[in-house]
Amino acid sequence: MSEGTTKQFLYVNRKAPHGTVYALESLEVVLIGAAFEQDVRLAFLDDGVFQLMKGQDTTGIGTKNFAPTYKALGDYDVNKIYVEKESLDERGLTEDDLMPLTYEDEDDDWAEKSSIKIVSRAEMADLIDSSDVMFNF
Amino acid sequence: MANIDVNGTSVEVDEEGYLVDRSVWNEEIGSHMATIDDCELTDSHWEVIKFLREYYDEYQIAPAVRVLTKAIGKKLGKDKGNSKYLYELFPYGPAKQACKYAGLPKPTGCV
Repeated sequence: MSEGTTKQFLYVNRKAPHGTVYALESLEVVLIGAAFEQDVRLAFLDDGVFQLMKGQDTTGIGTKNFAPTYKALGDYDVNKIYVEKESLDERGLTEDDLMPLTYEDEDDDWAEKSSIKIVSRAEMADLIDSSDVMFNF
Repeated sequence: MANIDVNGTSVEVDEEGYLVDRSVWNEEIGSHMATIDDCELTDSHWEVIKFLREYYDEYQIAPAVRVLTKAIGKKLGKDKGNSKYLYELFPYGPAKQACKYAGLPKPTGCV
C-alpha cells in the first residue's frame, strides 16, 4: 500500500438505521474500505444522525442490532466522523443523545479521543466539496 | 447448507463450514470443526477464539485480521500480537479460521 496516492473518501449517511439496509451496507463498505488505507471520513446528516443514537434496540423488529459496530470504527482507524448540527437540532437531538465513539491516538501516547465532530451545514458542504470520492447511502 | 455431526448432535453449517446459528456454539463444536481441518486446538488457540467471541459480543462483528492482531497484542501481550504468532496457530488465516471455530461468521471484508 505504499504506492499510489491517498484519496479523501467521504461516506454520506442520510437514512434512519433500521427501516432500510442502507445504514448497515454503508457501515460494511466502510469497514472493508478501511483496509485500503485511504483518508476516510463519515458524514451523518438528515435522518442519518439516528444511526448514531444511544440505546438502540432492534428486538421488536427482529433484525440484527449493528449499532455497537460503530464503536469498532476506532479500531479500524476510522476516526473522522462528522455529524451535522442542523440535522440534530431539527430532530430535537444533541450530541449527548449519540453513542460516544472514540479512538486511541497513536501519536499522542494512545490517548483516547472522541471521533465525533459536530459541524454546521456550511461546514458539511465544504467537507463534501473537498472530498475526492463520495459514497451516498 | 450442510450438517456436521458433533457427538451425536447434528449442527448446521454453511458451504464453507461456518456455523449457521451462532447461539448453538459450544467448545465441543469448535473442537470438532478444527478436527475436520486436521487442526488440534491448544490453550493458545482457545485464547484467540475466546477473544474473538468477546469482540463479537461487544461490537457485533468479527474483526479484520489487522484489527485482531493489534487488539490481541494489547490484551495478551506483544509476543502474541503479531502475524507470525497468529498464522502459526491458524495457518488458513487467523481471522478466517479462528472465527470458524468460534462459531462466528466470516469476518467482514474477508473473501
